Amino acid sequence: MTANALATYLTDRIGPLPFCPGCGHDPLVKMLDKALVKLQLPPDKVVIVTDIGCIGLADRYFTTHAFHGLHGRSITYACGLKLARPELTVIVLKGDGGCGIGGTHLLNVARRNIGITLIVANNFNYGMTGGQHSVTTPTDGLTSTTRHGNIEGAMDLCGTAIAAGAPWAWRGTIYDKDLADAIAEAIRQPGFAMLDVLELCTAYYVPRNRFKKRDLFTLIEKNGLKTGLLANKPRPEYSARLREAGKAGAGAWPRRATIERMFDNAVDRQTGIVIAGSAGEKVRSAATLFAQGAMLAGLNATQKDDYPITVMTGHSITEINLSPSEIEYTAIDAPDHFIVISGDGLKKSLKRIARLPESCTLYADEALELPETRARVVRLPLVATGKKVSRLSVATVALAALLGDASLFPAGAFSEAISRFQKPDIAEGNLKAVEAGVALSAGIATAPTHVPA
Amino acid sequence: MALEFLEGNEALVRGAVRANCNFFAGYPITPASTILHYMLDAMPATGGVAIQGEDEIASIGFCIGAAMAGSKALTATSGPGISLYSESVGLAIMGETPLVIVNVQRQGPATGSATKGAEGDVLFTRWGTSGGLPLIVLSPATVGETYELTYRAFNLAEQYRTPVFLLSNKEIGLTRESVDLDAIALPPCIDRTHVGPVADYLPHDFHDPADVPPFAEFGGAHIARYTTSTHDKGAYLTADPATIGEMIEHYAAKIDDAADDIALVKADPEEGADILVLSYGVVSRSAAVAVREARRRGAKVSALTLQTLYPVPEAAISAALAGVSRVVVPEMNLGQYILEVERLAPDGAEVVGVNKMNTALISPAEILEQGGLG
Repeated sequence: MTANALATYLTDRIGPLPFCPGCGHDPLVKMLDKALVKLQLPPDKVVIVTDIGCIGLADRYFTTHAFHGLHGRSITYACGLKLARPELTVIVLKGDGGCGIGGTHLLNVARRNIGITLIVANNFNYGMTGGQHSVTTPTDGLTSTTRHGNIEGAMDLCGTAIAAGAPWAWRGTIYDKDLADAIAEAIRQPGFAMLDVLELCTAYYVPRNRFKKRDLFTLIEKNGLKTGLLANKPRPEYSARLREAGKAGAGAWPRRATIERMFDNAVDRQTGIVIAGSAGEKVRSAATLFAQGAMLAGLNATQKDDYPITVMTGHSITEINLSPSEIEYTAIDAPDHFIVISGDGLKKSLKRIARLPESCTLYADEALELPETRARVVRLPLVATGKKVSRLSVATVALAALLGDASLFPAGAFSEAISRFQKPDIAEGNLKAVEAGVALSAGIATAPTHVPA
Repeated sequence: MALEFLEGNEALVRGAVRANCNFFAGYPITPASTILHYMLDAMPATGGVAIQGEDEIASIGFCIGAAMAGSKALTATSGPGISLYSESVGLAIMGETPLVIVNVQRQGPATGSATKGAEGDVLFTRWGTSGGLPLIVLSPATVGETYELTYRAFNLAEQYRTPVFLLSNKEIGLTRESVDLDAIALPPCIDRTHVGPVADYLPHDFHDPADVPPFAEFGGAHIARYTTSTHDKGAYLTADPATIGEMIEHYAAKIDDAADDIALVKADPEEGADILVLSYGVVSRSAAVAVREARRRGAKVSALTLQTLYPVPEAAISAALAGVSRVVVPEMNLGQYILEVERLAPDGAEVVGVNKMNTALISPAEILEQGGLG
């Protein structure tokens, strides 16, 4: 140790350590101090993180940064600190109670291998709240909540963490001569490292169970708990990997699809369009391109999609508003144009179709059986035409037919959006679909419209 | 003018990036999941970190840790996730943590309708953590406002060292709109004030209770401390009632005393109006249509749209309430913010709620009819 070396990382600024006489937390804190002295890390590059439980009082006695949070959540703050500043040494001091309520964080820090050190002060019960049982209370153990003996099994914290992927784990007792060395070794690990340190709670577990130092060793033997270094299989640390992995996808942002006006339009008021089809018919993407086409023609647009959470089945219904001015109310209570391309969309829209106003035009695939409606009905071979062009172009055919019939904006604007924003191989089919849809619409004026009886 | 066709959630991420957000953690939940997706693209590309947590509690815990290490952190969820954030929101208040929390509201209670809009979390967002201390809640109405208010939420979080909620709605978050984000004027970007050279850093230092303490990040030259428990200016635990009272006064005063500075409202007053339509969020768009129609029919109606919900912009609300005999408050819930309006309304003024909580937007016609706008 050099002349400038730090002799301790503990401070008596707020007094001596606060633990009960004989409590294992006192020597554990001193062992952590000894480990830090051995490592000689700059105090401002070390964070001690704790949560609720008696051991959670310890962080503020260190000359390092100190973070004390909510019960069982210390691992989450530690991970946030480490992810934000991977250069920091982040050490969590946690009780067995915290390992219960925060069990998922233990599993997931082990699984991810985030490079923090976890020291569990494991004294088999909740010391801070009155000696209740914890996930590590031995079977038959007496606590304030297991008055006739614990009927639950005790969790093997290291075994659990190792099963979840912890690369480095150690178990021992507060009496182990090499505890400070083990802590230092854990801190040296670039990845996640944990120590399960078995202790005595002299306030509760010791008097209730007449539990003495030698009983700790009996318990270890009786329960077949392994001690010493239980895992040492280093693998790449997460926070460094995350930064590397992120670089691979860095080109994905921002994805800007900007649109300037190139075409004219014939929309003089807010116009509501609904297109109802099935999952897999590309209703949503066709509608987006249609709206972007409208924007190329100088219109404002909104789009809302409705589909089941099981996205590959059932209906897919999209609502589009177009307007020369700002669009405020986005719901479409009285659609101007309603397109039904398949049975799933129809089934979901039956009530709506029954309420359509006379001013609405309903474009429906010729194969569909429609309910009674006041709308002007236009029957078109949408599916048959779409399938002729390409498998995924039915919605595009339908929207192009609408454009041809209603002349909201030039079909060329729809095509321009497709050319701009779709991959060339997909755009090729959809550009043909726009032509086919417009061609379909050419027959509409003379085609008979009818209201089903 | 360059329009884009963006959903609110994507505009939100653009606003966060514009505010130099460099940390995100979140857990998948409809209708907020796309924020997670966009952040997973945006953060690596802009030098930040994004991670999907194992649950909401871990996600906000990661954010609080990162924020105290100096990051500008964002998390996003919906009602069920806000329930799980609840305890940590209190922690963020206690530690004076700059943090932006997005709630893309969906129909509740409980799992409710995952894919449907609502505004049932207004009071929950404000009062959803123990202790009842103030925090900031902003509510956008459009995709463009989502961008702007996300950016401003970061500014407020940094300026006041506090969690700031952005209260969105499926109806905005997952609705695409044509929008020109570049045309939206933004104030300068604010970063938290860092502590200067001091011998002994106090994490919660203040002279006047409303002062915002200078910040020192974990891992910086000053030794930082943070605690969830009642503490003094040095972040050392205390049980002294005088000290605890002084700290609570500080937490409240730094937000409440700044209410006028935090207030963002859009007033549309009409000379001689005896009716006010007071709204916020997506419903304010229906309100705007209703007010225009009422005026066309000859009614004298003023409108006030709140972008800041909390702290309650009392001065702006009181000014708008002056002289009106009826105030109409449309909400996509059973009547929540109306409670604030009722307490501010002048004696004798009738306060009328227009409420709908069936996942459908409130229509302009419903506001006209139920609000008695003529």
